[in-house]
Amino acid sequence: MTTVLQSLNRALHAAMAESSRVLVVGEDILDPYGGAFKVTKGLSSAYPDRVVGTPISEAGMTGLAIGLALGGYRPVVEIMFGDFVTLCADQLINHASKIATMYGEPVPLPIVVRAPMGGRRGYGATHSQTLERLYLGLPGVSVVAASPVLDPGELLRRAVLEDDGPVLFVENKVMYAERVLDAETLRDRYGCGMRLAEGPFPAVTLTPEAPDVTVVTYGGMTSLVLQAAKRLAEEEELACEIVVEHRISPWDERAVFASVERTRRCVVVEEGVAEWGWGAEIAARLTAFGLESPVQRVGAARESIPVRKDLEERVLPQVDDIVAAVVRTVDEDPR
Amino acid sequence: MTCGKSGAATGQGAGTDLARDIRIYREMLRIRRAEECILAMSAEGVLRGTTHVCIGQEANAVGVIGALDPERDFVVSNHRCHGHYLAHGGDLRELLAEVRGASGGVCAGRGGSQHLKRHNFLSNGIQGGGTPIACGLAMANALSGAGGIVACCIGDGTLGQGVLYESLNMAALWSLPVLFLVEANGYAQSTPTRAGVSGSIVGRARSFGIETMELESTDVLEIRRFGEEASGRVRDARKPLWAVVHTCRLCAHSKGDDTRSEEEVAALRENDPLLVHGSRLSEAEMVSAEDAVREEVERARTGCATEDPA
Repeated sequence: MTTVLQSLNRALHAAMAESSRVLVVGEDILDPYGGAFKVTKGLSSAYPDRVVGTPISEAGMTGLAIGLALGGYRPVVEIMFGDFVTLCADQLINHASKIATMYGEPVPLPIVVRAPMGGRRGYGATHSQTLERLYLGLPGVSVVAASPVLDPGELLRRAVLEDDGPVLFVENKVMYAERVLDAETLRDRYGCGMRLAEGPFPAVTLTPEAPDVTVVTYGGMTSLVLQAAKRLAEEEELACEIVVEHRISPWDERAVFASVERTRRCVVVEEGVAEWGWGAEIAARLTAFGLESPVQRVGAARESIPVRKDLEERVLPQVDDIVAAVVRTVDEDPR
Repeated sequence: MTCGKSGAATGQGAGTDLARDIRIYREMLRIRRAEECILAMSAEGVLRGTTHVCIGQEANAVGVIGALDPERDFVVSNHRCHGHYLAHGGDLRELLAEVRGASGGVCAGRGGSQHLKRHNFLSNGIQGGGTPIACGLAMANALSGAGGIVACCIGDGTLGQGVLYESLNMAALWSLPVLFLVEANGYAQSTPTRAGVSGSIVGRARSFGIETMELESTDVLEIRRFGEEASGRVRDARKPLWAVVHTCRLCAHSKGDDTRSEEEVAALRENDPLLVHGSRLSEAEMVSAEDAVREEVERARTGCATEDPA
């Protein structure tokens, strides 16, 4: 059994072994500490000259990586907590995105900025957010989110070694401890078949027999959606076709469109604030389909995330919320 | 901050390399006439968007950036970048086309006046944002052993940006070959430096353990010696240097937004680097340079005038 954390850590080791151009940059990533969540564990021992432990300077390290990429390297930046992507916003928005796209010819800028997002650990308002939403729709920048249903390490390896543009690589703190799920496990545990879309960061469609509703999600919400689907099948006799997106921006709509063509019902699930979120864009793109019922959106409430467990659970989307949203799509009056 | 009268006196150039003096004069004049052309294009309505000219500061471009090797050294510049671009080997016609927003421009008309990239040169209009990028380029050069250095051009207005200090810290911690060129023209757009910069400009870098150089001059020969020493020190020591040149901005921050008094600007014009260095040349030498540069600028302008009607 491999956890998401092990998969990502092994991928970084493999990428550094495969290419001497790969550098890793971040705060407290050097051994023996090995990073706040240990994704970078062992790297500085194996490659002492290619791992840079930085001061607490998110903007500085992101800009440093941009310069390294312009100088021919393939840097990977670790943002310790995803909440800190606000601190490198100018470097991502006005530099990485623009260098890649504003100078006439596309400029290769192979940087990967890894950021662990998400709550459910009681870290409170500034260490629990899901902020990749700030970077959706940014020209030239891909936002890729790991999930347990598609080898996270392979996803990271492709971002680091094969993608020549800036990538914001979204991880999830709770997901680090989860097991990577292969097709066989998914079939045994959830009774669904697995289909991969095309491309380096493909959507994964998990299909039961005769699906009733499409549920679209990514990242850390994947396991909650799987739990919800299992309960819906058992308690409500509703079968969910789950589309797990991996490149959430720019968004390739084909997997979702294909699923919705069959089910005519759709729920979009994200951990970030639902208002103005990723799901809003997907719902907008689905308006042309004239679905049987309105697209249902599940996400966090527009509140700062509390430390107290019961309050945090009320703010962040739970399995119950997903179940309720799926049921609403088959209600007589879902509004 | 007033810009002091430069030390170059008439006749001081006697006995120096005349061919070099003429070449350097011509390089400054080329930047001046190109930017005057850009301002004229703006007045005629054929410039697309905005621009920031470096009129009065050309000696820094020719003296410091011109001391670099365009083949191996990098320049990370800012909104006031035309002089740096031309001094680093940039193509004049492509610059004029770019500010017109024409497809034959340096960046195919996508970048405009303040977003240029060509070979080892790039500029961006975000204050201070280029400083960590310069550190990364310098680290890449250090890792690969390529031997290049990176000049990072900022102004005294940039001193208000926090990321600059993250960059100074990184450059010092890791001995990165970055030449921070601070062109202190006394203003951040309309805000005088005394209202925006506390303490000492060189003291800011010294507190990071970075060596500094400082010069108040618009004399291109002085600045050239300063630039050669500065880039030489960064190249040899493989560590950062903070080089401050107190200079004079003779035009508006951008287009016609100068709030300074006419008297103040008139006083600054006495330090015009073309006058200061021109005093070393004969009338005939200056006329010859003028004719050659005007012809080149005119050719570049007409060369791109018919591209992509706006």
